[in-house]
Amino acid sequence: MTEAAVCPVMHERDHPLQPPVGFAEAVSDGPVKMLWPNGVEAWVVSSYAGVRQVLSDPRFSTRKGGHPEMRTDEGEPVVDADQPGNINGIDGEAHMRLRRPLARGFMVKRMNELRPRIQQIVDEHLDVMEAKGAPADLVGSLCLPLPSLVIAELLGVPPEHQELFQATAREMFGKNGSKDEYIAHATKLGEVLSPIVAEKKAAGTNDDMIGLMANDTDFSMQELIFLCIGLLAAGHETTSNFLGLFTLHLFEQPDQLEILRRDPSRADVIVEELMRYTVGQLGGVGITRRATEDVEVDGVLIKAGDWVSVSLLANLDEELCPRAEELDLERDAVSHLGFGFGPHQCLGANLARAELQIGLRSLFTRFPNLRPAVQVTEMSYRNDMITYGAAAIPVVW
Amino acid sequence: MPGSVTVRIDQTGCIGSGQCVLAAPDVFDQSDDDGLGIVLIPEPSADLLPGVRDAVERCPAQVVSLEE
Ligand code: HEM
Ligand code: SF4
Repeated sequence: MTEAAVCPVMHERDHPLQPPVGFAEAVSDGPVKMLWPNGVEAWVVSSYAGVRQVLSDPRFSTRKGGHPEMRTDEGEPVVDADQPGNINGIDGEAHMRLRRPLARGFMVKRMNELRPRIQQIVDEHLDVMEAKGAPADLVGSLCLPLPSLVIAELLGVPPEHQELFQATAREMFGKNGSKDEYIAHATKLGEVLSPIVAEKKAAGTNDDMIGLMANDTDFSMQELIFLCIGLLAAGHETTSNFLGLFTLHLFEQPDQLEILRRDPSRADVIVEELMRYTVGQLGGVGITRRATEDVEVDGVLIKAGDWVSVSLLANLDEELCPRAEELDLERDAVSHLGFGFGPHQCLGANLARAELQIGLRSLFTRFPNLRPAVQVTEMSYRNDMITYGAAAIPVVW
Repeated sequence: MPGSVTVRIDQTGCIGSGQCVLAAPDVFDQSDDDGLGIVLIPEPSADLLPGVRDAVERCPAQVVSLEE
């Protein structure tokens, strides 16, 4: 009927912290079909109710395989559709079998027990930053090492393999990741992980994630290794980018920064609002499903077999909260979709929350005069991954 | 009025996300055995209801219910 509009997968933005140009206008009238640069068409759903529906209705499958992904070329997906342990690519009972045992490792209680250690890591990094003196790059000084160290400790993997985790994550979450490179890195990571898993099995301990998976589940070695790779990768790129983006939004809106400075003890509520707003402003389309039956979403019939990509512009929908387009750090936490919704909602959400709350609060308590050393619009941003963020954030204090 | 509302979790669909605990920490917890959501106060008093409603809205698996 209508020609599919071209999806702005390339993240062309007028302003680095605002949605891709013309995107909100293009998708605001309900589900629209968009054409991915690799020739695949997908519906884009961006209303609050529509996104919740797509992400929680079992008639939408998360099984990947030839899906639009974020690729801008014709290359094949990096991860096979049948990859054992691909928690984000399977549905129903098979998904629950992987997800349930992991949930125990990420319980709210457990994440709260980690807080003193997270605080210690943050303090050590801010000490180093202060000692070296201004200007500093916030990404290298705090945003990247914090989640990287925390996830390695939580899994029980020595931090000296950080480079390898990051290289693997780059291919896995890179828009046009290379399958060959990915396999090469993942194989090496598998060689690092196998003896650690064997050691935990022999010791019978379950006090870290690898121990828990090795001893308290029926996961195969192949599943376990892939899950570890996934957790290491998912565990640092996203959190790191968001800590940076939160700081940049606060630099751009000094009245809001003042609210955090005035009452840093509200960091938990403040992080929820920053999450809602930042994810909404990114707007992009990164979460994909496929209809297994005909389903109506926001009054539009989506046919069995059609791809659907949800846009988290939904976080700026008035149906979620009043004045949804504004960042308002005084508002109570609302039920935003920054960590997704439905059975695949982010496994690491409570960990990410703890890191972002402690990181942000400590940063502005320690350096009350922290400010960007160059204009936020002059900084360089990374577009090469499915997660978006600043490559470097030069700051002074 | 105690007894006029009932809070339930249908554990078959629960993914142990802990959103209910964040929304209403007095009413919900996660089991130490499996991380799944549990109801601590099945008939909460009126002052706890806003948190419970928030949990109903936030539960990603949509398995928290409030019968009034
Ligand atoms: C600010 C930081 C983070 C954001 C914004 C974020 C966002 C998301 C979103 C939106 C999803 C849902 C994807 C879908 O529905 O297909 C997801 C899933 C997931 N996230 Fe996160 N995440 C963050 C941090 C983390 C951390 C720290 C970890 C690991 C420790 C993690 C591990 C995962 C895993 C394993 C899944 C797949 C869950 C499943 O499919 O059942 N994430 N994340
Ligand atoms: S919010 Fe829902 S899915 Fe998460 S632990 Fe509570 S009941 Fe389970």
